[in-house]
Amino acid sequence: MDLLDNLALGFSVALSLQNVFYCFVGALLGTLIGVLPGLGPVATIAMLLPLTFGLPPVSALIMLAGIYYGAQYGGSTTAILINLPGESSSVVTAIDGHQMARKGRAGAALATAALGSFFAGSVATLLLALFAPPLANLALQFGPPEYFSLMVLGLIASVTLASGSVVKAIAMIVLGLILGLSGQDIYTGTPRFTFDMQELSDGFDFVALAMGMFGISEIIRNLEDEHQRSLVAAKVKSLMLTKEEFKRIIAPVLRGTVIGSFLGILPGGGAMLSSFASYSIEKKISKYPREFGRGAIEGVAGPESANNAGAQTSFIPMLTLGIPSNPVMALMIGALIIQGITPGPNVVTEKPDLFWGVIASMWVGNFMLVLLNLPLIGMWVRLLTVPYHVMFPAIIAFCCIGVYSVNNNTFDVYTMALFGLLGYALVKLDCEPAPLLLGFVIGPMLEEYLRRAMLISRGDPTVFVTRPISAVLLLLALAALVVVLLPSVQKGREEAFKE
Amino acid sequence: MKTIINSRDVLSGLLFIALGLLFGWQTQDLPMGTAVRMGPGYFPLVLSGLLGLLGLIILINGLRFPGEMPSGIAWRAVLIITGAVVFFGFGVRPLGFLPALGISVFVSALASRLFTFRTALLNTAVMVVFAWAVFIKGLGLPLPLLGPWLGGY
Repeated sequence: MDLLDNLALGFSVALSLQNVFYCFVGALLGTLIGVLPGLGPVATIAMLLPLTFGLPPVSALIMLAGIYYGAQYGGSTTAILINLPGESSSVVTAIDGHQMARKGRAGAALATAALGSFFAGSVATLLLALFAPPLANLALQFGPPEYFSLMVLGLIASVTLASGSVVKAIAMIVLGLILGLSGQDIYTGTPRFTFDMQELSDGFDFVALAMGMFGISEIIRNLEDEHQRSLVAAKVKSLMLTKEEFKRIIAPVLRGTVIGSFLGILPGGGAMLSSFASYSIEKKISKYPREFGRGAIEGVAGPESANNAGAQTSFIPMLTLGIPSNPVMALMIGALIIQGITPGPNVVTEKPDLFWGVIASMWVGNFMLVLLNLPLIGMWVRLLTVPYHVMFPAIIAFCCIGVYSVNNNTFDVYTMALFGLLGYALVKLDCEPAPLLLGFVIGPMLEEYLRRAMLISRGDPTVFVTRPISAVLLLLALAALVVVLLPSVQKGREEAFKE
Repeated sequence: MKTIINSRDVLSGLLFIALGLLFGWQTQDLPMGTAVRMGPGYFPLVLSGLLGLLGLIILINGLRFPGEMPSGIAWRAVLIITGAVVFFGFGVRPLGFLPALGISVFVSALASRLFTFRTALLNTAVMVVFAWAVFIKGLGLPLPLLGPWLGGY
């Protein structure tokens, strides 16, 4: 069977000594930043990008992926023990997880989170292995018009699933697209948006932009409202679940896995949305609705499975189509491009070791996380006693070193400072920075496919609607936009995100 | 602060319009080409126009509904953090990697209201030693430890 051969190839890559090491480093770092509030996977991956340039592409991607799903595990640990979600995706875990901890069931909550995550991670990895290759095959038949429409759909969908104003988010995408076009025009070499600066002849530096927008501006935002954390961590007694608890988590884990796997594939989906969706569903259909908010174990099992499944399946569009569905995937694509690999359907056939190696490493990584997390809980909790005002100067130091070491160029450092300021200003104006990063990565590709499509069609713009696949994709984008702009949906959407 | 107009929308609308105009103006000297053979300026101009249009929609929306001014801006952090990053860029060549890093770490620590001299100094020392061990010794980044201003090379 093909699948087995491919998985065997994947595991042979993922289980090489070097890659196991980088997988471990990634998972460990991910857990670490997942535990620490105020430092997310986007900023961390941006900081570590320069360090991965020297690694082979497989190892680089394995480590970066480890950081992403590791963060989901770490975030839930602190959410349960001290009611302090380390990541946005574990916000809902804190609600019932911490209540369980206060009732002396901290160990059970942690074990539920770990088991649910591991199960969901394994299923999502299998889904990735099953569905990614056919999807890539389908995408191989896409011409420029289909790619253009697919990217439009991806960008629009990422907006409709995000929180906040839709128009602002679209404006952020467009701004990102424009910034992505800076540098030399691919066909003529004409400099564009360089403001007559030699340093901008290759465009804005990706690492500097990402670190400024997600690292520096995040630090400034965290410094707005400082207070001494007083932490009382719940004691962890036994990690064992009772027979009844075990029975109660089976269905939520399965449902969470399905919800997360599905929402993760959608552009703009991923871990956070999955956990929110799972929690509200569990709450609605539970046999014990009154327990929710007071320590219902389903409220931990569902969202924790969902966020891990979502984190994993959001790799599908990235690996098969070369389209990022969230900022973390945008960074992964950036990492691949820097490594000289063009992300897209060709990766599956041309770099099978990369593709299957990364997939297999996810399962290896998830397994490591279970082993890593449960025994080390005490250490993670102690880490939280490091106050933020001691931590953030170190983050700034890492950002400075990281961005400077890419090209040994001080201009990139100033670029980072500029985007830090811009990012903070935009956040204060209720404009989320994530769509901008997606636009920045997609900008050059979008333009290339548009120009190629118009060349093929001899300037006839109807090519996007007369080719069936392209037309369907554009219709879906339009439908998503219309639905989200309907007043009734908009109201419900605001309420959903408030919860 | 409640105002009659939605200031966050108005401000962001104006910002997007300004950026749309700025980038649109920058495409002035670029060959447009035709729809069949798009020149380097075609798509950028379309996007700049779109950005301006979206800015206008946001602005008009902001004028229609009441909203709030942006509040709680951490001016101190904005100035100090940006300053620390810019200083690193400025100092890394003339002063050298480690002195520039040390000063940037110390300065950025000032951005916190919980700043104490002792922890900041300790933090700086730890970061300098750590950066030396990891980036210079461990990863072998070719960065001059001391710059010409401090008697280095």
